[in-house]
Amino acid sequence: MNLYVPIAVLALIAFGFAMFSLVASTLAGPKRFNRAKSEAYECGIEPTPQPVGGGRFPVKYYLTAMLFIVFDIEIIFLYPWAVTFDALGIFGLVEMVLFIVAVLVAYLYVWRRGGLEWE
Amino acid sequence: MTTSLLAAPPATPLAAGEAPTLEAFGLDPWWLILAKAVLIFVFLMLMVLFEIWFERRFMARMQNRLGPNRVGPLGLLQPIADGLKLPLKEDLVPRGVDRPVFILAPALATMPAFLAFAIIPFGPTVSVFGHQTPLQLADLPVAVLFVLAMSSLGVYGIVLGGWASASPYSLLGGLRSSAQVISYEIGMGLSFVAVFLFAGSLSTSEIVASQERIWYAVVLFPSFVIYAITMVGEVNRIPFDLPEGEGELVGGFHTEYSSLKFGMFMLAEYVNMTTVSALAVTLFLGGWRAPWPISLVDGANAGWWPVLWFMIKLLLTISFFIWLRATLPRVRYDQLMKLGWKVLIPGALAWIMVVATIRVLRNEGISTQQVFFAVAIVLGIYIVASYLWDAVRGNRRDAEEQEATAAERAGAGDSTGGDPMAGGYPVPPLDAPHYHGRNSTSKEVNRA
Amino acid sequence: MTPADVVFLFLGAVTLGSAVLVVTTRQLVHAALWLVVTFGALAASYLLLTAEFVAWVQVLIYVGAVVVLLLFGIMLTRAPIGRSEGLDSANRPVAIAVAAATAALLVTVVVAGFREAYVELGDPPAGTSGQMGASIFRTWVLPFEVLSLLLLAALIGAIVLSRREIQPPGESSDERPTERPTGPGRG
Repeated sequence: MNLYVPIAVLALIAFGFAMFSLVASTLAGPKRFNRAKSEAYECGIEPTPQPVGGGRFPVKYYLTAMLFIVFDIEIIFLYPWAVTFDALGIFGLVEMVLFIVAVLVAYLYVWRRGGLEWE
Repeated sequence: MTTSLLAAPPATPLAAGEAPTLEAFGLDPWWLILAKAVLIFVFLMLMVLFEIWFERRFMARMQNRLGPNRVGPLGLLQPIADGLKLPLKEDLVPRGVDRPVFILAPALATMPAFLAFAIIPFGPTVSVFGHQTPLQLADLPVAVLFVLAMSSLGVYGIVLGGWASASPYSLLGGLRSSAQVISYEIGMGLSFVAVFLFAGSLSTSEIVASQERIWYAVVLFPSFVIYAITMVGEVNRIPFDLPEGEGELVGGFHTEYSSLKFGMFMLAEYVNMTTVSALAVTLFLGGWRAPWPISLVDGANAGWWPVLWFMIKLLLTISFFIWLRATLPRVRYDQLMKLGWKVLIPGALAWIMVVATIRVLRNEGISTQQVFFAVAIVLGIYIVASYLWDAVRGNRRDAEEQEATAAERAGAGDSTGGDPMAGGYPVPPLDAPHYHGRNSTSKEVNRA
Repeated sequence: MTPADVVFLFLGAVTLGSAVLVVTTRQLVHAALWLVVTFGALAASYLLLTAEFVAWVQVLIYVGAVVVLLLFGIMLTRAPIGRSEGLDSANRPVAIAVAAATAALLVTVVVAGFREAYVELGDPPAGTSGQMGASIFRTWVLPFEVLSLLLLAALIGAIVLSRREIQPPGESSDERPTERPTGPGRG
């Protein structure tokens, strides 16, 4: 646990700085109310009314996040594997090849179904 | 030289008291911890100021301009003036925002950025007021994983800032930016694997120690290239600065932020740039170790000298960022995602497998020549096979394409456009034939 | 009670409190943010138990990826700022009963399994990446390989959910899209 004490100290400093900046930004600047200023910025034109229900976005982003999870999981298995690689020998390599091939099938499936295409 | 390194762990024991290992950490007295933490914080702040100045001056030189030169000698005080100006501006909180999240987002972007720097080694063990201590705030057995975790926390600042602003530009910018960051984080995470294979550890001090003989940027050059690309994407810099694509999204996720809240986003961006550069130096460029001809000099890697080597390498890496910014245009979003998902990730995985295979064969006692011979044969088979595959497939595809074009001409009409209101917004068809020419459109038809 | 015990209890309280807030808050995105706090407190608990690797994996996967996926999901459909109506369902008593029963079961299992046992967390810690690697790739090989199939299923599921408009021709959209006979990975 001793290893984490310095990180905690740095976290406290960063936290203090962030809080200081947030407070300072509300206190230091001038406050001149103006109706137009508190509108969302849209290059000077009247803001477009938001579509009912908040509007929708391409489902691609969801798919990207899903792919991200899958590859993230692959990465966190690759790390301990890489660290113990020399001790595992050929057996370790075979295990990881099997794993990567399975993920690769999923990846190619997504590619084939157009999941990686962005317009 | 390279090939001899592909063997199992380097046997040379490290000189005592020189390169610290994990055991050297967690022993500092409280005042030393505090001093180091404050120093890291101050160092990062100064680096941000310096980077802003350096970026403007250096880029100006590249573009035959002078850059800021009025405030202080050589314009050195310009970033301080800019920094002081920010809090004196009005802190706008637009109507309709989600207040707590809107205020929280800049803090969420800034804090992880500072934390990730905690595990960067500046130098070997030195003596400070009689205490032997490594020039590094902290090291963990999982140090690099810690950096990745911090950078994934940084995504929250972006996505929440974009959402809470209640503005279409911000929301789109936030989504795009976070999708970009997570995509490039995968490539980045994969580029480290080969380094861990060689170093046998995730601890930064041990990775630096294992680069005593040769830098990983040399041995594992493809990993280094992948990391260099992903680090630019990860910190949203040109050519991958789409979140702030001024032409399309105004300021992206921080459009609605002003005063110091905006400043905090900028600060986080520059701190992140320092962090990924320092990580590149640590993992691939030998860390604080002296570059080759100097490393032959006795004592070049001892005492306080390594801080100098580290700083030189760090500044060169940062100059690389600025050089890129002055040289390259911004890529399109689809190009960005295509590079990330279709090139970097499969490339990184293939490279990991190649490195692992060579290493396991070496460990089993098969000589380098045999390994390269086998690799050459496999590569040859692959090239021939893919050539044949292309030739067969290409013919078939050509035929299919001709059929499809014929079918289209026969009056199939609008098969790709679909409902213009499908996405909730009235969107013009994005794939009209005149955008690409007829061929690629017919390919889309095929795929669908 | 050692200081570590106190911190552990505190983290438990934070986890539980934020978890309750996840299900009671009326704002969708805030619920996701409270979930981040829950996962973060869990990660800190792992850290306290010297399971370093698991702790940072918890941050990387759950906080950094799963909740981001949830946020994307929320924002893709609709993420109105402010209170959402209809976040509460009529099944509240049933849900509370199920949650209480699950908690009771887990607590019983843990208490019955360990009783008074008190494990000294050794030094060096047992949760580094090296030890994790050794145990995953030596002892737990089969679960590891099965996991890859789970990931495969997850991605196919995501495609089926999100890319309904792209499917083999001749199928109406209300049918479940099936994979083409010649899968790309095998071809």
